[in-house]
Amino acid sequence: METNSLTLDEIEIGQELPELSIDVTPSTVVLGALATRDWRPMHHDKDFAQDRNGTRHIFINTPHNAAYFERYITDWTGPLGRLGKIQFKMSDSVFPGDTMVFHGKVEGKNIDGTGCGWVDLVIRLTVGEKTPTRCNARVAIPTGTSDNPWKRKGSSWHPNGDA
Amino acid sequence: MSELPSEIESWIGQRKYEEWGEFDVERGYIFSSCSSVQNANPLFWDEKAALEIADGLIAPPTMISVWFRPHFWSPGRTEEAVALQLHFDLKKVLQLPEAVMTDNTITFYEPVRVGDRLKTTQILRSVSDLKTTKLGTGRFWILEVEAENAKGELCAVESYTGFGYNRSSDGNE
Repeated sequence: METNSLTLDEIEIGQELPELSIDVTPSTVVLGALATRDWRPMHHDKDFAQDRNGTRHIFINTPHNAAYFERYITDWTGPLGRLGKIQFKMSDSVFPGDTMVFHGKVEGKNIDGTGCGWVDLVIRLTVGEKTPTRCNARVAIPTGTSDNPWKRKGSSWHPNGDA
Repeated sequence: MSELPSEIESWIGQRKYEEWGEFDVERGYIFSSCSSVQNANPLFWDEKAALEIADGLIAPPTMISVWFRPHFWSPGRTEEAVALQLHFDLKKVLQLPEAVMTDNTITFYEPVRVGDRLKTTQILRSVSDLKTTKLGTGRFWILEVEAENAKGELCAVESYTGFGYNRSSDGNE
């Protein structure tokens, strides 16, 4: 089938991913909190967020952050790209009124001992001059048009890079 | 409070709260999640594409925690149920009323499929000495959640770093 997915030979170390810009509103935050079944009030109740968390507004929750990173990565790879590992560090929160911009770069690429192709990405989520979240991701990429990382399981799938 | 209570020390490395999710993996939440971030990946919208690529309908990998978060309310429940009970146990025993998550690492294994029910286990990996940040004074801790499907296949290992704290006197960031 036609998948419009990248293959490993189309990717170079140092390559930059297209930027993605999102204007954050209270609805953005609340939609994400509900979609991730996170009922904690700091993600929907501004008074609670200010009085209890000491933040200036409600803020995007952790799994919603992860969902944005996944969308950013697979917008670029296409559906055959398969996340192996994602690691992110939140040094600040993202609030309604912020414009968050995702910037990504290919830091590494390799084929592991089982023949699976991988790229290592570094992604920054910026708001103005600040970088509230930094992310490292390891993503399996088809090594050719007949390869599909989603078919791998058990001993042929090494998301920690130990193959 | 500077010494780590022995009760907490004894929790490190223990497998706690082995429990099944309260509902099966289902498409409604998958659509809600994809909508919330405008994720157009056909794996989650197009059954034919999902069948060809992943042998059937699967959930976005980063939705892993959705499948083991408890309902906000359910019949007979007298206390609030929380995801990551161990995180709340730490807040209570360490007397740190506020908390935020600062780091998250998820390693993905077998895809989570529509119709799966997941079992999770929570493991405390470490607790720091007292630290002071712009939010207040408290401790960082690292928790892991292992998620497996009904066949016993590991689906994901999620690691959280939490910071439990008492707010600093000046409060705001």
